[in-house]
Amino acid sequence: MTEYNFAYLDEQTKRMIRRAILKGLAIPGYQVPFASREMPMPYGWGTGGVQVSAAVLTPEDTFKVIDQGADDTTNAVSIRTFFERTAGVNTTTTTSDASVIQTRHRIPEEPLSAGQILVYQVPIPEPLRFLEPRESETRKMHSLEEYGLMHVKLYEDISHHGHIATSYAYPVKVEGRYVMDPSPIPKFDNPKLGDMAAVQLFGAGREQRIYALPPYTQVVSLDFDDHPFEASKAGHPCGMCGAIDSYLDELIIDDAGGRMFVCSDTDYCEARQAAGHMGKDNGGKDAA
Amino acid sequence: MYVAVKGGERAIENAHAWLAEERRGDTDIAELSIAQIREQLSLAVNRVMAEGSLYDPDLAALAIKQARGDLIEAIFLIRAYRTTLPRFGASEPVDTGAMACDRRISATFKDLPGGQVLGPTFDYTHRLLDFKLAADGDVPEAPSRETAADCVPHVTGFLNREGLIEEAPYDDAPPPDLTREPLEMPAERALRLQALTRADEGFTLGLAYSTQRGYARNHAFVGELRIGAVPVEMDIPELGFAVEIGEVTLTECETVNQFKGSKTEPPQFTRGYGLVFGQTERKAISMALVDRALRWEELGEDNVGAPAQDAEFVLYHADNIQATGFLEHIKLPHYVDFQSELELVRKLRREAGAQQVQEAAE
Repeated sequence: MTEYNFAYLDEQTKRMIRRAILKGLAIPGYQVPFASREMPMPYGWGTGGVQVSAAVLTPEDTFKVIDQGADDTTNAVSIRTFFERTAGVNTTTTTSDASVIQTRHRIPEEPLSAGQILVYQVPIPEPLRFLEPRESETRKMHSLEEYGLMHVKLYEDISHHGHIATSYAYPVKVEGRYVMDPSPIPKFDNPKLGDMAAVQLFGAGREQRIYALPPYTQVVSLDFDDHPFEASKAGHPCGMCGAIDSYLDELIIDDAGGRMFVCSDTDYCEARQAAGHMGKDNGGKDAA
Repeated sequence: MYVAVKGGERAIENAHAWLAEERRGDTDIAELSIAQIREQLSLAVNRVMAEGSLYDPDLAALAIKQARGDLIEAIFLIRAYRTTLPRFGASEPVDTGAMACDRRISATFKDLPGGQVLGPTFDYTHRLLDFKLAADGDVPEAPSRETAADCVPHVTGFLNREGLIEEAPYDDAPPPDLTREPLEMPAERALRLQALTRADEGFTLGLAYSTQRGYARNHAFVGELRIGAVPVEMDIPELGFAVEIGEVTLTECETVNQFKGSKTEPPQFTRGYGLVFGQTERKAISMALVDRALRWEELGEDNVGAPAQDAEFVLYHADNIQATGFLEHIKLPHYVDFQSELELVRKLRREAGAQQVQEAAE
């Protein structure tokens, strides 16, 4: 085999996936079962996101792939190369230049605009999965809007730890109806989910589910009146660009265990450095 | 000084080049041919075809070569290739009664029409390493004779005449296809069987074994195990009738299971069924035992909470391509999630520490 259809999948399959996407957009936060295909990369490595991207990409699109916020992590490179090879689309690392962005575990720092599509790779789409392992049960709970178990779990967190001990894949409620797993993004990113100008699509290949958030959807992180949701991050500025508003990775930089904090969004960090912002580990004066 | 890591692309290319070199091994040693793998590692080829859900010995041999003998990786290659193939149609159901049996044994009847045919089996070999094989692989020719019967009737058919075994009513409904529709629960038996036939051999074996050790014991007799080639026929619309388009080798296992009756069913023997591509005996028997365990509900048996009775547990975890992908994805970067966990654990420890200090002061 040397020739593949545009974006690898055959047109019938893409049509099937688009139908699932449209259904997902019509019922924000609802997990639509779809007949996920075996892809030439392993399940759990973004096959859901790849199938959704394949279904929405057009030859005119500009595609960006990030993993952990970075364009250059190995799996992001691998997926970008896959679409360069099978779809021949232009690729970019610049967030604002991309019309389709596939992501794993992050939402870009730069606000997205209308016309952009953000495709999430989702490992476990079911927010109730670790409370109830049975799919037949969790689907029932969603249809009956029976989310008591989730609130009990969050309440138990508070009674044990004084606050909710979920730091990523923090559950949200969509348009007051479906509780949704935002994929394992840090809860720092949760506030960006709601009222976003871009279309957000979530693909879980192994679990055969697609769900979606149309633009400007109301998305609320679950919390209690006396324990409001709080987006958190490391309390440092970025060592490279000095940003104080971005999510940071922690690096170990010497044998003594010295630490440094750097933006996880590489495009954001590089753009700031190009604009002359330098952090304290980069000879900069933006040091805090 | 930290420098943002660049060059993931080159690292990947270099890793792949190294992999190719390792796959080939010492170039002073002759390279394996696809034909050698197909002919001399045929049971590996059979497993790859069965779990890859694609009957093509040459492609399976190629996949084994490319995967350096890692069979799950080879199955993955076959599955990924399989999804890209166009579908021209569906064959007629194969008739295993018309199988040209290489092997056919029954553990329930000493003799029966068609006879007991051991065929090429490891069963009564003494598992002693054959050092002669290390020196030269010449084998004396095995004696042969014409097969006695052209049609070997199914053992369960004889039991059925006496009404001792549950009916298996003829069903013409097209079976569901989990490669085209998402697997949803509850899954009917045809769908469960499809999932089991491509399920991981080890997982299926473990589950089947657990039923033998008492986790939903269903005491299975191997009513019949048969291995051989069956013709595959396909209806050609232009012709208006079915023509033979080839043949496939299958392993079929029918178990006869003890059953004392339930609220809804009389005492009778019940059935477990296994059908797998190629000579894949262990898998076919395992499949039959697990199939039988999963049938507790339709037979009105008690759910004793055994893993092999739990269709959701079995079907959602039996696929080794799904399992290995998700298991191995934890190798991927998780810096972001881990960072948020670091912050959380530090916060919890700070609070726990402060509490202890306060308690000590009180």
